[in-house]
Amino acid sequence: MTGETRPRLAKKARLKIDPIEKKSVLLSPERGLVLSASAAEILARCDGERTVERISAELADGTQAALEDVRRDVVAFLEEMARRGFVELGG
Amino acid sequence: MSAPRPYTLIAELTYRCPLACPYCSNPLDLRARAHETTELTTDEWCRAFEDAAALGVMQLHLTGGEPLARKDLEALVAKARALDLYVNLITSGIPLSRERLVALAKAGLDAIQLSVQDVDAARSDVVAGTVCFDEKMRVAAMARELELPLTLNVVLHRANIDRVAEIVALGERLGAHRVELANVQYLGWALANRDALLPSEDQIARARAAAAEEKARLLGKIEVLFVLADHYAAYPRACMDGWARRFVHVIPDGTVLPCHAAMSIPGLAFESVRARSLVDIWRDSPGLDAFRGDAWMPDPCRSCSRKEVDFGGCRCQAFALTGDASATDPACSLSPRHAIIEAARAVATDDARERRYLYRGRESRTPPAR
Repeated sequence: MTGETRPRLAKKARLKIDPIEKKSVLLSPERGLVLSASAAEILARCDGERTVERISAELADGTQAALEDVRRDVVAFLEEMARRGFVELGG
Repeated sequence: MSAPRPYTLIAELTYRCPLACPYCSNPLDLRARAHETTELTTDEWCRAFEDAAALGVMQLHLTGGEPLARKDLEALVAKARALDLYVNLITSGIPLSRERLVALAKAGLDAIQLSVQDVDAARSDVVAGTVCFDEKMRVAAMARELELPLTLNVVLHRANIDRVAEIVALGERLGAHRVELANVQYLGWALANRDALLPSEDQIARARAAAAEEKARLLGKIEVLFVLADHYAAYPRACMDGWARRFVHVIPDGTVLPCHAAMSIPGLAFESVRARSLVDIWRDSPGLDAFRGDAWMPDPCRSCSRKEVDFGGCRCQAFALTGDASATDPACSLSPRHAIIEAARAVATDDARERRYLYRGRESRTPPAR
Protein backbone atom coordinates (compact mmCIF):
# COMPACT_ATOMS: atom_id res chain seq x y z
CA MET A 1 0.00 0.00 0.00
CA THR A 2 1.26 3.45 -0.87
CA GLY A 3 -0.15 6.93 -0.46
CA GLU A 4 -1.62 6.60 -3.96
CA THR A 5 -3.51 3.35 -3.23
CA ARG A 6 -7.27 3.80 -3.62
CA PRO A 7 -8.92 1.45 -1.11
CA ARG A 8 -12.47 0.30 -1.69
CA LEU A 9 -14.89 -1.31 0.73
CA ALA A 10 -15.36 -4.98 -0.29
CA LYS A 11 -18.60 -5.75 -2.09
CA LYS A 12 -19.73 -7.99 0.77
CA ALA A 13 -19.25 -5.28 3.42
CA ARG A 14 -21.80 -2.60 4.27
CA LEU A 15 -21.52 0.28 6.76
CA LYS A 16 -24.49 1.09 8.90
CA ILE A 17 -25.36 2.92 12.08
CA ASP A 18 -26.73 0.48 14.63
CA PRO A 19 -30.11 2.06 15.39
CA ILE A 20 -30.09 0.75 18.97
CA GLU A 21 -26.52 1.45 20.13
CA LYS A 22 -26.02 4.39 17.73
CA LYS A 23 -22.58 3.09 16.81
CA SER A 24 -21.16 2.39 13.37
CA VAL A 25 -21.06 -1.27 12.41
CA LEU A 26 -19.61 -3.05 9.40
CA LEU A 27 -21.94 -5.79 8.20
CA SER A 28 -20.88 -8.78 6.11
CA PRO A 29 -22.31 -12.30 5.80
CA GLU A 30 -23.05 -13.53 9.34
CA ARG A 31 -20.82 -10.80 10.84
CA GLY A 32 -21.26 -7.46 12.47
CA LEU A 33 -18.15 -5.57 13.48
CA VAL A 34 -18.61 -2.65 15.87
CA LEU A 35 -16.38 0.19 14.74
CA SER A 36 -14.67 3.01 16.58
CA ALA A 37 -15.55 6.50 15.37
CA SER A 38 -12.24 6.88 13.52
CA ALA A 39 -12.50 3.41 11.94
CA ALA A 40 -15.93 4.36 10.62
CA GLU A 41 -14.54 7.67 9.30
CA ILE A 42 -11.84 5.81 7.37
CA LEU A 43 -14.12 3.11 5.95
CA ALA A 44 -16.72 5.66 4.86
CA ARG A 45 -14.00 7.13 2.63
CA CYS A 46 -12.94 3.81 1.08
CA ASP A 47 -14.81 4.47 -2.16
CA GLY A 48 -12.15 3.44 -4.69
CA GLU A 49 -11.70 7.13 -5.59
CA ARG A 50 -9.92 8.66 -2.63
CA THR A 51 -6.26 7.80 -2.14
CA VAL A 52 -4.78 6.77 1.21
CA GLU A 53 -3.06 10.16 1.22
CA ARG A 54 -6.34 12.02 0.78
CA ILE A 55 -8.16 9.89 3.37
CA SER A 56 -5.37 10.61 5.87
CA ALA A 57 -5.48 14.34 5.11
CA GLU A 58 -9.25 14.44 5.52
CA LEU A 59 -9.01 12.71 8.88
CA ALA A 60 -6.20 14.93 10.11
CA ASP A 61 -8.02 18.06 8.98
CA GLY A 62 -9.38 20.08 11.88
CA THR A 63 -7.58 17.98 14.50
CA GLN A 64 -4.35 18.55 16.41
CA ALA A 65 -2.86 15.32 15.07
CA ALA A 66 0.17 15.37 12.78
CA LEU A 67 -0.56 14.10 9.27
CA GLU A 68 2.22 11.50 9.42
CA ASP A 69 0.78 9.99 12.62
CA VAL A 70 -2.69 9.83 11.11
CA ARG A 71 -1.30 8.29 7.89
CA ARG A 72 0.52 5.61 9.88
CA ASP A 73 -2.69 4.70 11.75
CA VAL A 74 -4.76 4.72 8.56
CA VAL A 75 -2.31 2.42 6.76
CA ALA A 76 -2.14 -0.02 9.69
CA PHE A 77 -5.92 -0.12 9.97
CA LEU A 78 -6.46 -0.60 6.23
CA GLU A 79 -3.88 -3.40 6.12
CA GLU A 80 -5.73 -5.21 8.89
CA MET A 81 -9.10 -4.69 7.17
CA ALA A 82 -7.69 -5.93 3.86
CA ARG A 83 -6.28 -9.02 5.59
CA ARG A 84 -9.78 -9.72 6.88
CA GLY A 85 -11.29 -9.23 3.45
CA PHE A 86 -13.31 -6.11 4.25
CA VAL A 87 -11.29 -3.71 2.11
CA GLU A 88 -9.80 -4.14 -1.37
CA LEU A 89 -6.54 -2.33 -2.07
CA GLY A 90 -6.75 -1.46 -5.75
CA GLY A 91 -4.11 0.48 -7.69
CA MET B 1 -36.78 -12.38 32.50
CA SER B 2 -35.57 -9.46 30.39
CA ALA B 3 -34.96 -10.56 26.82
CA PRO B 4 -31.54 -9.99 25.25
CA ARG B 5 -31.18 -8.18 21.93
CA PRO B 6 -31.34 -10.43 18.86
CA TYR B 7 -28.94 -9.62 16.01
CA THR B 8 -30.06 -12.13 13.40
CA LEU B 9 -33.42 -13.24 12.07
CA ILE B 10 -33.39 -16.65 10.44
CA ALA B 11 -36.48 -16.72 8.24
CA GLU B 12 -37.33 -20.23 7.09
CA LEU B 13 -39.68 -19.12 4.33
CA THR B 14 -40.80 -22.58 3.28
CA TYR B 15 -40.13 -26.27 3.87
CA ARG B 16 -40.57 -26.97 0.15
CA CYS B 17 -37.30 -28.09 -1.46
CA PRO B 18 -36.30 -29.92 -4.64
CA LEU B 19 -33.36 -31.51 -2.78
CA ALA B 20 -33.48 -34.19 -0.10
CA CYS B 21 -30.11 -34.15 1.66
CA PRO B 22 -29.81 -36.86 4.33
CA TYR B 23 -28.76 -34.22 6.92
CA CYS B 24 -31.67 -31.86 6.16
CA SER B 25 -32.41 -29.53 9.06
CA ASN B 26 -36.16 -29.46 8.39
CA PRO B 27 -38.41 -31.51 10.68
CA LEU B 28 -38.66 -35.28 10.14
CA ASP B 29 -42.44 -35.26 10.36
CA LEU B 30 -43.32 -32.83 7.60
CA ARG B 31 -46.97 -33.41 6.97
CA ALA B 32 -48.07 -33.02 3.39
CA ARG B 33 -50.16 -29.94 4.04
CA ALA B 34 -50.81 -27.39 1.33
CA HIS B 35 -48.11 -24.75 1.64
CA GLU B 36 -50.57 -22.09 0.45
CA THR B 37 -52.52 -22.37 3.70
CA THR B 38 -49.67 -22.98 6.14
CA GLU B 39 -46.93 -20.57 4.99
CA LEU B 40 -46.98 -16.94 6.05
CA THR B 41 -48.13 -14.49 3.40
CA THR B 42 -45.91 -11.76 1.98
CA ASP B 43 -47.50 -9.19 4.30
CA GLU B 44 -47.06 -11.40 7.35
CA TRP B 45 -43.36 -11.87 6.58
CA CYS B 46 -42.94 -8.13 5.98
CA ARG B 47 -44.45 -7.40 9.39
CA ALA B 48 -42.11 -9.94 10.99
CA PHE B 49 -39.13 -8.19 9.32
CA GLU B 50 -40.31 -4.82 10.66
CA ASP B 51 -40.61 -6.22 14.16
CA ALA B 52 -37.21 -7.90 13.92
CA ALA B 53 -35.61 -4.60 12.91
CA ALA B 54 -37.37 -2.89 15.83
CA LEU B 55 -35.86 -5.47 18.21
CA GLY B 56 -32.38 -4.64 16.90
CA VAL B 57 -31.88 -7.34 14.29
CA MET B 58 -29.33 -6.34 11.61
CA GLN B 59 -28.81 -9.63 9.77
CA LEU B 60 -31.48 -11.53 7.86
CA HIS B 61 -31.00 -15.05 6.57
CA LEU B 62 -33.59 -16.07 4.02
CA THR B 63 -33.62 -19.83 4.08
CA GLY B 64 -35.89 -22.89 4.08
CA GLY B 65 -36.38 -25.50 2.60
CA GLU B 66 -35.55 -23.74 -0.59
CA PRO B 67 -36.42 -20.02 -0.34
CA LEU B 68 -36.52 -19.76 -4.16
CA ALA B 69 -39.76 -21.75 -3.98
CA ARG B 70 -41.38 -18.53 -2.70
CA LYS B 71 -42.66 -16.49 -5.65
CA ASP B 72 -42.50 -13.33 -3.51
CA LEU B 73 -38.80 -13.66 -2.67
CA GLU B 74 -37.89 -10.48 -4.60
CA ALA B 75 -40.54 -8.51 -2.67
CA LEU B 76 -39.25 -9.89 0.64
CA VAL B 77 -35.66 -8.94 -0.23
CA ALA B 78 -36.76 -5.43 -1.19
CA LYS B 79 -38.68 -5.02 2.07
CA ALA B 80 -35.73 -6.21 4.13
CA ARG B 81 -33.36 -3.82 2.37
CA ALA B 82 -35.79 -0.96 2.91
CA LEU B 83 -35.43 -1.79 6.62
CA ASP B 84 -31.63 -1.65 6.15
CA LEU B 85 -31.16 -5.32 7.06
CA TYR B 86 -28.15 -7.21 5.66
CA VAL B 87 -29.87 -9.75 3.42
CA ASN B 88 -28.24 -13.12 2.91
CA LEU B 89 -29.95 -15.72 0.69
CA ILE B 90 -29.19 -19.27 1.79
CA THR B 91 -30.01 -21.45 -1.15
CA SER B 92 -29.43 -24.65 -3.08
CA GLY B 93 -29.66 -22.54 -6.22
CA ILE B 94 -32.38 -24.81 -7.61
CA PRO B 95 -34.11 -23.54 -9.66
CA LEU B 96 -32.67 -20.09 -10.36
CA SER B 97 -32.75 -18.36 -13.73
CA ARG B 98 -30.43 -15.51 -14.62
CA GLU B 99 -33.43 -13.15 -14.82
CA ARG B 100 -34.46 -14.02 -11.30
CA LEU B 101 -30.99 -13.59 -9.86
CA VAL B 102 -30.75 -10.19 -11.59
CA ALA B 103 -34.12 -9.25 -10.03
CA LEU B 104 -32.96 -10.38 -6.58
CA ALA B 105 -29.73 -8.40 -6.91
CA LYS B 106 -31.73 -5.37 -8.01
CA ALA B 107 -34.06 -5.79 -5.01
CA GLY B 108 -30.98 -5.36 -2.83
CA LEU B 109 -29.72 -8.83 -1.99
CA ASP B 110 -26.41 -8.38 -0.14
CA ALA B 111 -24.96 -11.86 -0.41
CA ILE B 112 -25.73 -15.39 -1.49
CA GLN B 113 -24.76 -18.63 0.22
CA LEU B 114 -24.85 -21.53 -2.19
CA SER B 115 -24.81 -25.10 -0.95
CA VAL B 116 -22.89 -27.76 -2.85
CA GLN B 117 -22.78 -31.35 -1.64
CA ASP B 118 -19.40 -32.45 -3.02
CA VAL B 119 -16.86 -31.49 -5.68
CA ASP B 120 -18.26 -33.55 -8.56
CA ALA B 121 -21.70 -34.18 -10.00
CA ALA B 122 -21.80 -37.94 -9.46
CA ARG B 123 -21.17 -37.82 -5.71
CA SER B 124 -22.89 -34.51 -5.07
CA ASP B 125 -26.14 -35.61 -6.72
CA VAL B 126 -26.34 -38.81 -4.66
CA VAL B 127 -26.14 -36.77 -1.45
CA ALA B 128 -28.67 -34.19 -2.69
CA GLY B 129 -31.02 -36.98 -3.72
CA THR B 130 -31.51 -35.22 -7.05
CA VAL B 131 -29.56 -34.16 -10.14
CA CYS B 132 -28.44 -30.58 -9.45
CA PHE B 133 -24.64 -30.15 -9.33
CA ASP B 134 -24.14 -28.78 -12.85
CA GLU B 135 -26.98 -26.31 -12.34
CA LYS B 136 -25.35 -25.11 -9.11
CA MET B 137 -22.13 -24.46 -11.00
CA ARG B 138 -24.10 -22.26 -13.41
CA VAL B 139 -25.68 -20.37 -10.50
CA ALA B 140 -22.25 -19.72 -8.96
CA ALA B 141 -20.99 -18.38 -12.30
CA MET B 142 -24.01 -16.05 -12.55
CA ALA B 143 -23.44 -14.77 -9.01
CA ARG B 144 -19.85 -13.99 -9.88
CA GLU B 145 -20.84 -12.24 -13.09
CA LEU B 146 -23.36 -10.10 -11.17
CA GLU B 147 -20.73 -9.42 -8.46
CA LEU B 148 -22.94 -10.87 -5.75
CA PRO B 149 -20.73 -11.89 -2.82
CA LEU B 150 -20.75 -15.69 -2.80
CA THR B 151 -20.28 -18.07 0.10
CA LEU B 152 -19.78 -21.68 -0.89
CA ASN B 153 -21.27 -23.91 1.79
CA VAL B 154 -20.44 -27.58 1.96
CA VAL B 155 -21.78 -29.74 4.76
CA LEU B 156 -19.09 -32.21 5.76
CA HIS B 157 -19.70 -35.91 6.52
CA ARG B 158 -17.81 -39.18 6.16
CA ALA B 159 -18.30 -39.43 2.37
CA ASN B 160 -16.83 -35.98 1.49
CA ILE B 161 -14.72 -34.85 4.44
CA ASP B 162 -11.55 -36.31 2.91
CA ARG B 163 -11.78 -33.68 0.14
CA VAL B 164 -11.41 -30.43 2.12
CA ALA B 165 -8.61 -29.10 -0.13
CA GLU B 166 -10.61 -29.95 -3.28
CA ILE B 167 -13.70 -28.21 -1.87
CA VAL B 168 -11.71 -25.07 -1.13
CA ALA B 169 -10.20 -25.24 -4.64
CA LEU B 170 -13.74 -25.40 -6.06
CA GLY B 171 -14.59 -22.28 -4.03
CA GLU B 172 -11.55 -20.54 -5.53
CA ARG B 173 -12.56 -21.50 -9.07
CA LEU B 174 -16.10 -20.25 -8.47
CA GLY B 175 -14.88 -16.91 -7.13
CA ALA B 176 -16.33 -17.40 -3.65
CA HIS B 177 -15.23 -14.88 -1.05
CA ARG B 178 -15.98 -17.37 1.68
CA VAL B 179 -15.95 -21.15 1.95
CA GLU B 180 -17.89 -22.63 4.81
CA LEU B 181 -16.97 -26.19 5.72
CA ALA B 182 -19.69 -27.09 8.17
CA ASN B 183 -19.66 -30.49 9.79
CA VAL B 184 -23.09 -32.06 10.12
CA GLN B 185 -24.81 -31.33 13.43
CA TYR B 186 -26.58 -34.52 14.42
CA LEU B 187 -30.22 -33.58 14.90
CA GLY B 188 -33.37 -34.50 12.98
CA TRP B 189 -32.60 -36.16 9.63
CA ALA B 190 -28.90 -36.11 10.41
CA LEU B 191 -29.42 -38.04 13.63
CA ALA B 192 -31.56 -40.59 11.79
CA ASN B 193 -28.66 -40.90 9.32
CA ARG B 194 -25.83 -40.60 11.83
CA ASP B 195 -24.26 -44.01 11.20
CA ALA B 196 -24.08 -43.21 7.49
CA LEU B 197 -22.79 -39.65 7.99
CA LEU B 198 -20.52 -39.44 11.02
CA PRO B 199 -16.82 -39.36 10.04
CA SER B 200 -14.18 -41.16 12.05
CA GLU B 201 -11.89 -39.32 14.44
CA ASP B 202 -9.00 -39.74 11.97
CA GLN B 203 -11.03 -38.19 9.17
CA ILE B 204 -11.91 -35.23 11.40
CA ALA B 205 -8.28 -34.69 12.41
CA ARG B 206 -7.08 -34.72 8.78
CA ALA B 207 -9.88 -32.41 7.65
CA ARG B 208 -9.16 -29.97 10.43
CA ALA B 209 -5.49 -29.82 9.52
CA ALA B 210 -6.31 -29.40 5.82
CA ALA B 211 -8.77 -26.60 6.59
CA ALA B 212 -6.19 -24.79 8.75
CA GLU B 213 -3.67 -25.03 5.90
CA GLU B 214 -6.15 -23.67 3.35
CA LYS B 215 -7.19 -20.90 5.69
CA ALA B 216 -3.59 -19.75 6.08
CA ARG B 217 -2.92 -20.05 2.33
CA LEU B 218 -5.94 -17.92 1.41
CA LEU B 219 -5.72 -15.33 4.19
CA GLY B 220 -6.98 -11.96 2.92
CA LYS B 221 -8.37 -13.56 -0.26
CA ILE B 222 -10.96 -16.13 0.76
CA GLU B 223 -12.26 -16.72 4.24
CA VAL B 224 -12.17 -20.42 5.06
CA LEU B 225 -14.42 -21.42 7.91
CA PHE B 226 -14.33 -24.89 9.48
CA VAL B 227 -17.20 -25.68 11.84
CA LEU B 228 -16.26 -28.67 13.98
CA ALA B 229 -18.66 -31.53 14.68
CA ASP B 230 -19.44 -31.40 18.39
CA HIS B 231 -19.23 -35.20 18.48
CA TYR B 232 -15.46 -34.66 18.30
CA ALA B 233 -15.05 -31.67 20.59
CA ALA B 234 -14.19 -31.73 24.29
CA TYR B 235 -16.95 -29.24 25.02
CA PRO B 236 -20.30 -28.65 23.34
CA ARG B 237 -20.75 -26.00 20.68
CA ALA B 238 -22.33 -22.73 21.79
CA CYS B 239 -25.55 -23.70 20.05
CA MET B 240 -27.15 -20.54 18.53
CA ASP B 241 -24.87 -18.52 20.87
CA GLY B 242 -27.33 -19.43 23.62
CA TRP B 243 -31.05 -20.23 23.57
CA ALA B 244 -33.17 -17.29 22.30
CA ARG B 245 -30.29 -14.91 22.84
CA ARG B 246 -28.79 -13.52 19.61
CA PHE B 247 -30.77 -15.41 16.97
CA VAL B 248 -34.51 -15.41 16.40
CA HIS B 249 -35.86 -18.14 14.18
CA VAL B 250 -39.22 -18.06 12.40
CA ILE B 251 -40.49 -21.16 10.60
CA PRO B 252 -42.80 -21.21 7.54
CA ASP B 253 -46.06 -21.06 9.53
CA GLY B 254 -44.84 -18.11 11.63
CA THR B 255 -43.92 -19.99 14.81
CA VAL B 256 -41.08 -18.20 16.61
CA LEU B 257 -38.30 -20.51 17.81
CA PRO B 258 -34.81 -20.20 19.27
CA CYS B 259 -33.48 -22.54 16.52
CA HIS B 260 -34.72 -24.69 13.64
CA ALA B 261 -35.05 -27.83 15.75
CA ALA B 262 -36.70 -26.62 18.95
CA MET B 263 -40.12 -28.02 18.02
CA SER B 264 -38.58 -31.48 18.56
CA ILE B 265 -38.64 -30.79 22.32
CA PRO B 266 -42.10 -31.67 23.64
CA GLY B 267 -43.94 -29.53 26.16
CA LEU B 268 -42.59 -26.14 25.10
CA ALA B 269 -45.17 -23.50 24.16
CA PHE B 270 -44.06 -21.56 21.09
CA GLU B 271 -46.20 -18.84 19.53
CA SER B 272 -46.82 -17.67 15.98
CA VAL B 273 -46.47 -14.14 14.62
CA ARG B 274 -50.01 -14.69 13.32
CA ALA B 275 -51.31 -14.49 16.91
CA ARG B 276 -48.95 -11.97 18.52
CA SER B 277 -46.25 -9.62 17.28
CA LEU B 278 -42.69 -10.86 17.01
CA VAL B 279 -41.62 -8.08 19.40
CA ASP B 280 -43.99 -9.31 22.12
CA ILE B 281 -43.19 -12.97 21.55
CA TRP B 282 -39.44 -12.36 21.72
CA ARG B 283 -39.69 -10.37 24.94
CA ASP B 284 -41.99 -12.71 26.79
CA SER B 285 -42.91 -16.19 25.68
CA PRO B 286 -42.72 -19.39 27.74
CA GLY B 287 -40.96 -21.42 25.03
CA LEU B 288 -38.26 -18.80 24.48
CA ASP B 289 -37.79 -18.17 28.19
CA ALA B 290 -37.49 -21.90 28.98
CA PHE B 291 -33.70 -22.08 28.58
CA ARG B 292 -32.61 -18.47 28.77
CA GLY B 293 -30.07 -17.68 31.48
CA ASP B 294 -28.73 -20.46 33.70
CA ALA B 295 -31.58 -21.21 36.15
CA TRP B 296 -32.49 -24.33 34.16
CA MET B 297 -28.98 -25.75 34.27
CA PRO B 298 -28.11 -28.86 36.24
CA ASP B 299 -24.59 -29.49 37.43
CA PRO B 300 -21.94 -29.88 36.09
CA CYS B 301 -23.17 -26.98 33.88
CA ARG B 302 -24.35 -24.49 36.47
CA SER B 303 -21.08 -24.35 38.37
CA CYS B 304 -19.00 -24.65 35.18
CA SER B 305 -16.68 -21.79 34.25
CA ARG B 306 -17.59 -22.35 30.60
CA LYS B 307 -21.31 -21.71 30.98
CA GLU B 308 -20.89 -18.22 29.52
CA VAL B 309 -18.86 -19.69 26.65
CA ASP B 310 -21.09 -22.50 25.41
CA PHE B 311 -24.34 -21.71 27.27
CA GLY B 312 -24.76 -25.37 28.15
CA GLY B 313 -24.57 -26.59 24.55
CA CYS B 314 -27.57 -27.78 22.56
CA ARG B 315 -30.95 -28.39 24.23
CA CYS B 316 -32.34 -30.25 21.22
CA GLN B 317 -29.37 -32.60 21.24
CA ALA B 318 -29.69 -33.13 25.00
CA PHE B 319 -33.34 -34.11 24.50
CA ALA B 320 -32.73 -36.24 21.39
CA LEU B 321 -29.98 -38.26 23.07
CA THR B 322 -31.12 -38.43 26.71
CA GLY B 323 -34.86 -37.73 26.66
CA ASP B 324 -34.30 -34.76 28.99
CA ALA B 325 -33.98 -31.31 27.40
CA SER B 326 -32.45 -29.91 30.60
CA ALA B 327 -29.70 -32.52 30.79
CA THR B 328 -26.06 -31.60 30.22
CA ASP B 329 -25.39 -31.85 26.48
CA PRO B 330 -23.92 -35.36 26.04
CA ALA B 331 -21.42 -33.89 23.55
CA CYS B 332 -19.67 -32.38 26.58
CA SER B 333 -16.87 -34.55 27.95
CA LEU B 334 -18.07 -33.57 31.45
CA SER B 335 -21.57 -34.97 30.83
CA PRO B 336 -22.45 -38.07 32.87
CA ARG B 337 -24.04 -39.37 29.62
CA HIS B 338 -21.02 -38.74 27.38
CA ALA B 339 -20.80 -42.51 26.69
CA ILE B 340 -23.66 -42.02 24.19
CA ILE B 341 -21.34 -39.90 22.02
CA GLU B 342 -18.40 -42.26 22.49
CA ALA B 343 -20.57 -45.14 21.24
CA ALA B 344 -21.43 -43.17 18.07
CA ARG B 345 -17.75 -42.47 17.49
CA ALA B 346 -16.95 -46.17 17.85
CA VAL B 347 -19.46 -46.98 15.08
CA ALA B 348 -17.72 -44.42 12.87
CA THR B 349 -14.44 -46.36 13.02
CA ASP B 350 -16.10 -49.44 11.47
CA ASP B 351 -15.49 -49.11 7.72
CA ALA B 352 -16.99 -52.51 6.94
CA ARG B 353 -20.40 -51.56 8.27
CA GLU B 354 -23.21 -51.33 5.70
CA ARG B 355 -24.49 -47.77 5.42
CA ARG B 356 -27.53 -46.24 3.72
CA TYR B 357 -28.98 -42.74 3.45
CA LEU B 358 -32.61 -42.16 4.43
CA TYR B 359 -34.06 -39.22 2.49
CA ARG B 360 -37.09 -36.97 2.71
CA GLY B 361 -39.63 -38.62 0.39
CA ARG B 362 -37.09 -40.73 -1.56
CA GLU B 363 -35.98 -44.38 -1.55
CA SER B 364 -32.90 -44.96 0.60
CA ARG B 365 -29.54 -45.27 -1.17
CA THR B 366 -25.96 -46.26 -0.55
CA PRO B 367 -23.65 -43.28 0.16
CA PRO B 368 -21.14 -42.33 -2.55
CA ALA B 369 -17.60 -43.67 -2.32
CA ARG B 370 -15.22 -41.72 -0.11
